[in-house]
Amino acid sequence: MAELRDLYQEVILEHSKAPRNYREPAGTNHKAEGYNPLCGDRFTVYLEMDGDSIRDIGFQGAGCAISKASASMMTQSVKGKTRAEAEKIFEQFHELVTGHSHEHEAELGKLAVFSGVSEFPVRVKCATLAWHTLEAALEGKQEKVSTE
Amino acid sequence: MTAAAAVPIRERAANKTFDVERIRQDFPILRTKVHGHPLVYLDNAATSQKPQTVIDALVRYYEGENANIHRGVHYLSELATAEFEKARETVRAFVNAARASEIVFTRGTTEAINLVAQTYGRVHVGAGDEVLITAMEHHSNIVPWQLLCEEKGAKLRVAPINDAGELLLEEFEKLLGPRTKVVAVAHVSNALGTINPLKQMIAMAHAHGVPVVVDGAQAAPHIAVDVQELDCDFYAFSGHKMYGPTGIGVLYGRHALLEAMPPYQGGGDMISSVTFEKTTYNKLPHKFEAGTPDMAGVAGLKAAIEYMNGIGIAKIAAHEHGLLEYATEVVGAIEGVRLIGTAREKASVLSFVLDEVHPHDIGTILDQQGIAVRTGHHCAQPVMERFSIPATVRASFAVYNMRAEVDALARGIRKVREVFA
Repeated sequence: MAELRDLYQEVILEHSKAPRNYREPAGTNHKAEGYNPLCGDRFTVYLEMDGDSIRDIGFQGAGCAISKASASMMTQSVKGKTRAEAEKIFEQFHELVTGHSHEHEAELGKLAVFSGVSEFPVRVKCATLAWHTLEAALEGKQEKVSTE
Repeated sequence: MTAAAAVPIRERAANKTFDVERIRQDFPILRTKVHGHPLVYLDNAATSQKPQTVIDALVRYYEGENANIHRGVHYLSELATAEFEKARETVRAFVNAARASEIVFTRGTTEAINLVAQTYGRVHVGAGDEVLITAMEHHSNIVPWQLLCEEKGAKLRVAPINDAGELLLEEFEKLLGPRTKVVAVAHVSNALGTINPLKQMIAMAHAHGVPVVVDGAQAAPHIAVDVQELDCDFYAFSGHKMYGPTGIGVLYGRHALLEAMPPYQGGGDMISSVTFEKTTYNKLPHKFEAGTPDMAGVAGLKAAIEYMNGIGIAKIAAHEHGLLEYATEVVGAIEGVRLIGTAREKASVLSFVLDEVHPHDIGTILDQQGIAVRTGHHCAQPVMERFSIPATVRASFAVYNMRAEVDALARGIRKVREVFA
């Protein structure tokens, strides 16, 4: 069951049980909703943008442990970052969870715990749902993002 | 140790004349190992596995019988045509239809329902009319009717269910009225396992002069279907859920209704003569079978029905019912498990949720132990909404499943609880 522990690392389980920034920030000026019709995961990501910077970020919704922990840790990692920085982190994160590249693992810091996802291809969408939603919120898209 | 002694005692005790170990030998895929564990296949409501006889029928068709039907005068075409029509007779007997011409081959249940919606429905449903379904329908028995209602300006009405997942029969009856033009209902719910009281529902609909379309996808593999006894007007089911190949399904339709309906698709085989001015349609059931059909699939479906008949539908049902009762007991006893769908009359399906753990996570952890279950909304999102849950875990049983596999499932769920403790 070694692979299972790779996926369900303690940090991931902990974040899924007690997600950080699980709220709508008072100064929210951008938001987007993400939905994975395959498993019913549904998240809203809220942004308080200050020019090009993410001054505050929160999320709410329901989903599996992987998607919830990913959303929680995403909010921590992009808070205070510029849009370009956040998008770069997503790019590196995406390469990590799809197994394309582990070269940015060190840069990703805590987010590297999601590297086990690459062994479970059907779960990649769970790990990236919140990120896709963040991207939509940054772009100011109003329509719902779907993983399908 | 004798061969018989190798079978766990309780497996034999469950049904003295039913040897599940021997049945398992008929299904080559059950020898598969998944992540180092023997495959425990509990996703039968999505699709069942296939016995060797069905696989052989497909090979035999392509090796010795392949030719286009109803066309050539040559030997192979005549052979293929004869086999195709023999299979239609096998299907007729399987659902006890009065005539073989009432059996239309389709790609599956979905196409069969769409066929009825697009032919009977488009003729008989008009602006302000109503189509009545239930709250436990699969998307394939919702969306075809929604499309029809949108096109015609008609209204889709939905009969509610109770917290156990049973249809509220009185509410259903109240929703029948002069505007109701079609009733469409599942025989067995794919998400909840509920067996609907079809005979009563059909009698109620007929009292209002309304025909009933039955989605039999989850019933045909598990319980004896008798369309004459049910008195239903249409009955749709799929081969792949009842040990047959994918891509083949059946629509039973009452002869007089089929006769009066316009064709579904145009093409070869469904015509008796074509000129640029006028086309005369072929007689039943060929009017509804445009184009070259899935002849190999039909041969496989025939083999699947013969396989089921060889065991006996009553024995299959009894075995699966025993498994479902056992699973309800052992899975239901696990702390944190909530069963979704606790109707008094159920077939094959055990749907559940586990406190604090999303079904998708449960599915992944079970898969690591070789256990295949379905997780998600099961193409029945309104059912999930009814129970205020995003998804469930669904274990569904077939003739080759064993109590030992139910035990494996229960162990697997306990493992999930450990991981998430």
